[in-house]
Amino acid sequence: MSFTQLVLYEEEFKRINDVLTKLYSETNAKVIFLVDRNGQLIANTGETENLDTTSLASLTAGNIAATGSMAKLLGEKEFTIIFHEGYRDNIYISIVGRRVIMVVIFDERSSLGLVRLRAKKAGDDLTAIFDELLRKVDSKTEEGVSPFAEITDDDIDKLFSE
Amino acid sequence: MSFINYPAREINCKIVYYGPGLCGKTTNLQYIYKKTNPDAKGKMISLATETERTLFFDFLPLSLGEIRGFKTRFHLYTVPGQVFYDASRKLILKGVDGIVFVADSQVERMEANVESIENLKANLVEQGYSLDSIPYVMQYNKRDLPNAAPVDEMRKLLNPNGVPEFESIATEGPGVFETLKSVAKLVLVELKKGAGGQ
Repeated sequence: MSFTQLVLYEEEFKRINDVLTKLYSETNAKVIFLVDRNGQLIANTGETENLDTTSLASLTAGNIAATGSMAKLLGEKEFTIIFHEGYRDNIYISIVGRRVIMVVIFDERSSLGLVRLRAKKAGDDLTAIFDELLRKVDSKTEEGVSPFAEITDDDIDKLFSE
Repeated sequence: MSFINYPAREINCKIVYYGPGLCGKTTNLQYIYKKTNPDAKGKMISLATETERTLFFDFLPLSLGEIRGFKTRFHLYTVPGQVFYDASRKLILKGVDGIVFVADSQVERMEANVESIENLKANLVEQGYSLDSIPYVMQYNKRDLPNAAPVDEMRKLLNPNGVPEFESIATEGPGVFETLKSVAKLVLVELKKGAGGQ
């Protein structure tokens, strides 16, 4: 494959979660989640029990992709922030480190200004973590440490045996 | 491109169903959704027009089981088939791990099939991929229709490289899971290769 594969390790996952938890408490948000640009959910925090986060992740990525294309048509590099205002809940979406999408869902207990201010700082922290993560993934690939080097054709066949 | 999540012990891959308008991409996903155990699937999302034509994409998350302690999850997407939705098709191909081309077997749709494959090739090249190197399977759909072209002819026209191919009737099921399994398997084999395995 011609692109760097996204790999998430325990250490970075904890650091990412710490940033999200901090942002969650600073903003009084309802839910915060991080999505890869391809729509894969990376991490989430808050009131996620009754939320279909997989679908939300995929739709968020679609939304960002569509908005990105609109930006290009206007000669913009990208729109780094999208905001949806609802009757009860609002969604604040921002692109972090060009690769990851951060979504903050909040209601009247918070405000757009507060979310925007705090999300920017959290975005900077996350960018640093993902930069490190990508470096780590690249170096690990060279060493051939991925567990998938070990899978056999049998393992794959078993998955489809029923 | 696949996503390996160590904390969740998960591997996520993206499969895209491509093909001309009304060839049965959404129907494939609907059938898979209908026949899959509720534990193994998420909600199916369809961004469609009022007349049920796909506007942006359909999305179906599926769980296939475990490999070496890792849950394998496949995210299935369809593209809108209609010619004028090309900008949307390009977006959905981003980060794709495997492709199913759903061909409409009706004789009068052959030109649309060819046009759609050419469009797929061009859009993949734009993303830095090539149809020759990405996991890719061919499905000849609507085999039950009286005006279906012979498979031999379709192969010559649409599958000269001889990628795995399947005859299907997506509305009723034959061929649907065979196609999915085949592309999923190719994706996992590719992953293994990418990870340095043999």
